[in-house]
Amino acid sequence: MTTPTPVEIAEPDVDNVVELEDPWVTIVWNDPVNLMSYVAYVFRNYFGYTEEKAHQLMLEVHHDGKTVVSSGRREQMERHVQAMHEYGLWATLERQDA
Amino acid sequence: MKPFRKRRRGGLAATFELGEAHLLASLAGQVVELLRDRNGAEESDADPLAAQLGMGGPSQPPEDPVLLRLLPDAYRDDADDAGEFRRFTERSLTAVKVSNAEALIGSLVDGGLTFGEMPDHDGDPIEVELDADEVQAWLRALTDIRLSLAVRLGIETDEDTMLVAQSDDEATAAMSDIFEWLGYVQETLIAALD
Repeated sequence: MTTPTPVEIAEPDVDNVVELEDPWVTIVWNDPVNLMSYVAYVFRNYFGYTEEKAHQLMLEVHHDGKTVVSSGRREQMERHVQAMHEYGLWATLERQDA
Repeated sequence: MKPFRKRRRGGLAATFELGEAHLLASLAGQVVELLRDRNGAEESDADPLAAQLGMGGPSQPPEDPVLLRLLPDAYRDDADDAGEFRRFTERSLTAVKVSNAEALIGSLVDGGLTFGEMPDHDGDPIEVELDADEVQAWLRALTDIRLSLAVRLGIETDEDTMLVAQSDDEATAAMSDIFEWLGYVQETLIAALD
């Protein structure tokens, strides 16, 4: 006879698995209208990024023409893009390394 | 205009000359009208179930370049995905933008702006006081107005911004002045938030 020994079942972190298998990105594109201070404000206010990170991302948009501001599940990226459009920023989403 | 400042009791306040307040309200009103026209137009067949749920919007991008900038494609290289996304989201995006522009006009009315008579530039200035929600509406509405003007001015690069400012065409130069002034209004609003 034996007593069942508890088996530890590692519960997969669904969010992480999905992110790895299906990575999507939100891209913000440069435009000649939006103020640099406003773009940095949006990154801080909406994504909750630090002032430093928001400023860095804003500079990337300004100098490189675009930058990835977030990555993750597709539905989440669609929400981000919708929010960016509400702010008047020019944003799109796409599959990472598309 | 006296720029936006933090109020000790909370909120942000700014004072606009009467002519400036009328201009702001008029520009915001134009954004509302433009967006309402888009919403009413049946530019594509909506999905019946989605339409029943109040979700079905147009799947084709707007032809008007200003509307296209206010309601851009969410997918750059995939027209099908862009259309599908637009069908389910454009109406709510439009509604948010209309409500932001209306909130901006509402703040000016709260500050004493009235319509119906010719704008009197010698009348009392309009003092607006914005709470946190109104600040968010103003930031977005000012952006939408500036985006609209930029499209009308043909501003596509940073150089264009300087070119229209130096334009010999009076109407272009005047619109460019308004565009720059709106940027200043927004800049003082952002600065006052920090």
